[in-house]
Amino acid sequence: MRQILTLSLLFSTIRLATPLVLAALGGLYSERSGVINIALEGLLLAGAFTAASVTYYAESPWVGLGAAMVAGALVAYIIALACIRFRADQVVTGTGINILFIGLPAVLSGALFLSSGSTPQIPKENLLPTLSGLLPGFIPQWRILSEVSVISLLALVIVLVTRYVLYRTPFGLRLRAVGENPEAADAAGVGVNRIRYAAVIMSGVLAGIGGAYLSIGQSSLFTRNMAAGRGFIALAALIFGKWRPVQTMLACLLFGLADALTIQMQGVAKLPSGEDIPVQFIQMIPYVVTIIVLAGFIGQSRSPRALGTPYEKER
Amino acid sequence: MKLLREILFPLLAVLAAFVIGGVVVLLIGDSPFQTYLLLIGSAFSWPDGIGYTLFYATPLIFTGLAVAVAFRCGLLNIGAEGQLYMGAFAAAWIGIKFAGLSGWILLPACCLAAIAAGAIWGGIPGLLKARFGSHEVINTIMLNFVAVALVSYFTQYHYKTPGDPILQTTPIGPGAHIARLGKFIPALPERIPLNVAFILAIIACVLVYVLLWKTKWGYEIRATGANPTAAEYGGISIRKQIILAMAISGGLAGMVGINEVLGYRYRYYDGFSANYGFVGIAVALLGRNHPFGVFLSAILFAILLRGGIFVDAYTVHVSKDIVDMLQGIVIILVALRPDAIFSGLKKVGVMKKAVSS
Repeated sequence: MRQILTLSLLFSTIRLATPLVLAALGGLYSERSGVINIALEGLLLAGAFTAASVTYYAESPWVGLGAAMVAGALVAYIIALACIRFRADQVVTGTGINILFIGLPAVLSGALFLSSGSTPQIPKENLLPTLSGLLPGFIPQWRILSEVSVISLLALVIVLVTRYVLYRTPFGLRLRAVGENPEAADAAGVGVNRIRYAAVIMSGVLAGIGGAYLSIGQSSLFTRNMAAGRGFIALAALIFGKWRPVQTMLACLLFGLADALTIQMQGVAKLPSGEDIPVQFIQMIPYVVTIIVLAGFIGQSRSPRALGTPYEKER
Repeated sequence: MKLLREILFPLLAVLAAFVIGGVVVLLIGDSPFQTYLLLIGSAFSWPDGIGYTLFYATPLIFTGLAVAVAFRCGLLNIGAEGQLYMGAFAAAWIGIKFAGLSGWILLPACCLAAIAAGAIWGGIPGLLKARFGSHEVINTIMLNFVAVALVSYFTQYHYKTPGDPILQTTPIGPGAHIARLGKFIPALPERIPLNVAFILAIIACVLVYVLLWKTKWGYEIRATGANPTAAEYGGISIRKQIILAMAISGGLAGMVGINEVLGYRYRYYDGFSANYGFVGIAVALLGRNHPFGVFLSAILFAILLRGGIFVDAYTVHVSKDIVDMLQGIVIILVALRPDAIFSGLKKVGVMKKAVSS
């Protein structure tokens, strides 16, 4: 076991948890306002593809990151339009977005780069930097931290900001009110649907950053379906974290740890009988944990009361 | 108005998706007409086009029915993907374990195993919802991942031919093979994998129709879906209906394994599903959650799946991924509420001119 529990495990956990944290926080805004966001997976893919394509042409990861945020916002706007204005079933719409973004990036990359589903490699100097790359010479003595991506740090900042916004600002109060009791919020003069639009678009922006991290942070190109279920894990973490920012981040770290262990234990860890521990069992952990949490065996996780119901003003 | 909603609206959704897809095709520099000709026309050649289209339609009919039954009970089963994997593996497992048995026993046993495994995997989220109130959408998504990992584990560690580089099980016994339709239709070559499972799919459509509209069980399922509170007042146990509907739904999804394992590959092949479980959601929605509609929309999506291969081969830029894209758009469009579309468009201003003139 000692070979597994090293510092590198910690960093690999942070690395793997980063996109989860961003997507889950995106989901948090949307769901706290009462709109289910099953589409986190599709939003991650939209962000990842946009970031890689734009970075390839613009040769700057920051332009790519910005474009990913815009793309996430646009896709989220479509979701908001469908779910809020057209009162579409939120889960079905999200599922549609997820399938759409398996296909669309592949179609576009075929057209743009004549490849089957992936973007060209982006040179290392055009990827999102690590902390040491961003501030060279500033933190040499903190070698350990220097390999952490800027986006991981950004994710941490966003968690803290979200916590502040949610519990300490008028917007946060309105957001929570709209998700818990839209009728009362409406009676108090809060524009329910306006808040929901803002929240859903916010979830697109954050998931877009998460997607950008996948393609131009952790990796150096977009590949077909590269989110590989992370959007769903993020959703699970959101529930596990009871729709609260810091707890959600911790849940993401836990799931990131499970993922990191999967990678590190391959061929290393053995059962007492001398056999390999099948990776499939470690892969299952986050999902099984979520099911157990939802069933209330590890404390109750109560969703925002108005989650999933479109709001219609009474005439 | 009812006719409009049931038939015209799905057709409009498909048409609109094709128009949006056509614009994308045009933007990336191919001819939409040529693309759609390939995409749709390829399905109508005999015997390959029609044979393969119906073969692709078979799993979609099963998953479409699965989603539709759950929908009628007010549940969204996003877990057909996991349920079909469990069903397929269970069918293969029985087929391998009891490979020596006569087909008269082995074949029904394999079919039942597929249905039972799917039903259990669908029943679990039903039970969790009925017992703990936890949301079936999240649980079915989670169980998809668990199922994929579980069957992959069993395939890799216990049922693979040693040294086989492909993640697939050893073959099932010959008694468990289902005949290909080419055996009965002289003009259809047996190399086309269309098999008796397609006939089973049609029978399943009829049975689901009878179940939902001609039996007490079906009535109670629909009553629960239409208005759970009223159903409970009427003496229907909602919890029981939820578990029952999810189990039936899962069993239908598990039947995909009959087509895949018993009728096509004669072994379990890891990761075989082309998102059948998720496409099933589109199939059910487009088919208005009616078995007849499910059948038609499964055929439509199968045509696209078949045509995608030719789009890949014969166009310059467009790839078969356009099929996923079209499916996604169709799902989003059919999720919209018709009445909300009219009032929504009015608000946006698109309809203003049309209304005022």
